[in-house]
Amino acid sequence: MKLTLKIWRQPNAASTGAMHTYELDGVSPDMSFLEMLDVLNEDLNAKGEEPIAFDSDCREGICGMCGLMINGQAHGPEVTTTCQLHMRSFEDGDEIVIEPWRADAFPVLKDLCVDRGAFDRIIQQGGYISVNTGSAPEAHSIQVPKDAADRAFDVATCIGCGACVAACPNGSASLFMGAKITHLGELPQGQAERDSRVVNMVGQHDHEGFGGCTNIGECTAACPKEIPLDVISQLNRDLRTALRHGH
Amino acid sequence: MTDSHSEFSSDVDSHADAPTIDPDLIDDAVDYFIPGEPLVDTKAPSGPIADRWSTRKFEAKLVNPANRRKLSIIIVGTGLAGASAAATLGEAGYNVKSFCYQDSPRRAHSIAAQGGINAAKNYKEDGDSVHRLFYDTVKGGDYRSRESNVYRLAEVSTNIIDQCVAQGVPFAREYGGLLDNRSFGGVQVSRTFYARGQTGQQLLIGAYQALERQVAAGTVTTYARHEMLEVIVADDSSGQRRARGIIARDMVTGEVQTHLADVVVLASGGYGNVFYLSTNAMGCNVTAAWRAHRKGAYMANPCYTQIHPTCIPVSGSHQSKLTLMSESLRNDGRIWVPKRKEDCAKDPREIPEEDRDYYLERIYPSFGNLVPRDIASRAAKYQCDDGRGVGPEVDGVRRGVYLDFADAIARLGRDAVEAKYGNLFDMYARITGEDPYEVPMRIYPAVHYVMGGLWVDYDLQSTIPGLFVTGEANFSDHGANRLGASALMQGLADGYFVLPHTIRDYLADGPFEKIDESHPAVVEARTSVEERINHFLTVNGTRSVDSYHRELGNIMWEYCGMERTEDGLKKAIDLIRTLKDDFYRNVKVLGTADSLNQSLEKAGRVADFLELGELMCIDALNRRESCGGHFRAESQTEDGEALRHDDAFAYVAAWEWGGEGEKPILHKEDLVYTAIEMKQRSYK
Ligand SMILES: Cc1cc2nc3c(=O)[nH]c(=O)nc-3n(C[C@H](O)[C@H](O)[C@H](O)COP(=O)(O)OP(=O)(O)OC[C@H]3O[C@@H](n4cnc5c(N)ncnc54)[C@H](O)[C@@H]3O)c2cc1C
Ligand code: SF4
Ligand code: FES
Repeated sequence: MKLTLKIWRQPNAASTGAMHTYELDGVSPDMSFLEMLDVLNEDLNAKGEEPIAFDSDCREGICGMCGLMINGQAHGPEVTTTCQLHMRSFEDGDEIVIEPWRADAFPVLKDLCVDRGAFDRIIQQGGYISVNTGSAPEAHSIQVPKDAADRAFDVATCIGCGACVAACPNGSASLFMGAKITHLGELPQGQAERDSRVVNMVGQHDHEGFGGCTNIGECTAACPKEIPLDVISQLNRDLRTALRHGH
Repeated sequence: MTDSHSEFSSDVDSHADAPTIDPDLIDDAVDYFIPGEPLVDTKAPSGPIADRWSTRKFEAKLVNPANRRKLSIIIVGTGLAGASAAATLGEAGYNVKSFCYQDSPRRAHSIAAQGGINAAKNYKEDGDSVHRLFYDTVKGGDYRSRESNVYRLAEVSTNIIDQCVAQGVPFAREYGGLLDNRSFGGVQVSRTFYARGQTGQQLLIGAYQALERQVAAGTVTTYARHEMLEVIVADDSSGQRRARGIIARDMVTGEVQTHLADVVVLASGGYGNVFYLSTNAMGCNVTAAWRAHRKGAYMANPCYTQIHPTCIPVSGSHQSKLTLMSESLRNDGRIWVPKRKEDCAKDPREIPEEDRDYYLERIYPSFGNLVPRDIASRAAKYQCDDGRGVGPEVDGVRRGVYLDFADAIARLGRDAVEAKYGNLFDMYARITGEDPYEVPMRIYPAVHYVMGGLWVDYDLQSTIPGLFVTGEANFSDHGANRLGASALMQGLADGYFVLPHTIRDYLADGPFEKIDESHPAVVEARTSVEERINHFLTVNGTRSVDSYHRELGNIMWEYCGMERTEDGLKKAIDLIRTLKDDFYRNVKVLGTADSLNQSLEKAGRVADFLELGELMCIDALNRRESCGGHFRAESQTEDGEALRHDDAFAYVAAWEWGGEGEKPILHKEDLVYTAIEMKQRSYK
């Protein structure tokens, strides 16, 4: 396949970027999207042009490190991560526009790499259960109904990629946050800190410059792990309860 | 899906005859190394094996809580081994700095582990116990691990599950609300805890959250997108040598930073990427461990590599990594290749039954498609070497064999197959674009895990005082082969329950004499990092870093992969040396030092892989026996079984860096078993 690639290039966080156009020939449908970019980078390197910076690590859809806006869609046309997208989803002669995540809370560092440190800081504000090593009770002393355990697992599969934020017109991280609130809130172990968790995480979310949720649903459509929209309802419910409890 | 075991190895009967080896045959590598003094682990307590860990914990010195804040710890790595240690030591009140090269600690490659984690809980009342887990692990490691360490691992395994459950790790549960287990790796008991096919992810998120909680508490500072490039080993005024810090590069700004501390922990993961293609993440590297090795930490058993038989094959020269598929697929899939080379390019559905070679069923009639991992892997290689591989031709060879579900679908029905393996079939279809319900899957072995790593004593301390090593980065618990679901166990055992006790014994003598950036050891470390960076950016040669990495990978895979021979290994050593020379003279790294520069990052990693690759070949050359994941063609029984030589090789090979261009020095740590009897493996 032969492709025309329009790619965002930006030397560093302080500078302004621009779209650049590259022609790439010899793309095989079996390549992953990122392997296609690897091939482009080899070409650029050979020509003496600095390769394009983009993030990836596991390349099997689980670490959450990759993430590109592809023709305006977070992670591209399929429900999967950028690294698991393959070139057979495109056609010979296609023009593909590739940009970094765009959100105020995710500043661009270089080319297609962004800073998602805000997600870690949200977790620091309560995305955990406080239990010091060694102080845990015997595992079987805590019983968890299977459906609660399954639901907790389903939403705990969030990989922290940030596609939900990139897809949201408001740049909200509500889906990411709702997934964590729901994961820990479904479990008996998570009850003690339930109120403070939601209040503090939401506080940090707003402080980081993420927008509010207006129920558009683009986040869940873009989410490679199919985190459902109802985690945001859970988030809002927990927040109301916490406020009622005087938090 | 509940049975997506990604890890599996048949447990097999053992027979106890001990073959002997002609002493003249054990000096294959004599021209490549210098013999050194024997090595002894001075920390392992003696006495009954079941008491050793409690004895050691009791004897380890205590640190007054008021002093802990003054003691600083650097931890490189935020995988299961690193994040768990950072969280625990932060909770204890030490001053911790935690480093990783990804943009968040949550992305360490532990996240990719699928199958599960072992623990001797005996929830099924099926005869499991600490002793049985210990026994299985030593035996699985083909009697090449240290028994005290393995016993301790089995002992603390139960605490891990308690800790993870309390953190909110959503393990699979039964309808009654209790934890579910499955049997894994062919063992006879159900001791594997799992969270669907994402156990590593869930365990890591648990450890990551505990770590972030300590960041909020102010005990841990995280440095994401920071790569450790050197360890600082400094003498104090009394001449005592200690690891006292690291040199790291901020991967966004390019700033080269000095971080000083009282103690350094490496939890930097495995080095399977020396093969270029592996199931590791793109960034997995040996740099942290290798830099420590060059500063005096011994590297133990570097040639022990685990190769997993069921991975998705390479589809072209663009391939950047390989993806593991659960080995449970071998329970129902039948493995075959065409009998005739001419048929290899044909649509497999058009190849009639009589023209197919179900080679595992043919060669190993009793185990068939369920032979142990290493045997299944080697057999696939032999078929492809023989020109009967299938799938796309890459560099002139087809490297793949069929894993066919047509019989299973006919026997069980498509729905039953889908219920069992649906998510794996989907993953396969996404990556290959083929529908495995219609066309047989193609599989090929891939490098998956390294048992080798930095040598550590019972305290997990390397041969550099004050440098501790945990997780896949050390060599300690798996011997020559690792059982499924036990790497996650080891990482968390090290980080939550072992290191916090042993490191305090070391720190009780601290805080150590203050050193600052003008200390000659700091200046030396910093200068060497800056010079290296500068070198890569100024060579301005003609070849990309990746092209060297790929070539090294090919050499390693060909000569130091599934089957190793004396001639092949010697050839590989020559090839690697030539490649390394060329790399330093002809690599092309563009961009600048003071910005995010991924080619520069890779250049440093490949430089270290080149040196590691050579040592792996020397280690494999020296070990003229077959054990665990290491198969020397010269050491096999008449019917192609691995043949171990306990009389000559029941030792840990701990290699000391000999200096630039010099031979490495081999120190042997004898393996002595008091609580278990050594047996030969047999799968017949
Ligand atoms: C696909 C796959 C499936 C697996 N499935 C299982 C399973 O089911 N059960 C099981 O028990 N085991 C499994 N394993 C093995 C197991 O996952 C690993 O051995 C284990 O997770 C390693 O943990 P770790 O903490 O030692 O290293 P990692 O998780 O690899 O972490 C390494 C850390 O070190 C950091 N680092 C490395 N170098 C540097 C540097 N120079 N500077 C700064 N930071 C650095 C990285 O950023 C990272 O944070 C699997 C492995 C793979 C690849
Ligand atoms: S909720 Fe989905 S899109 Fe958002 S970070 Fe998690 S996995 Fe990514
Ligand atoms: S690179 Fe890990 S999810 Fe894409």
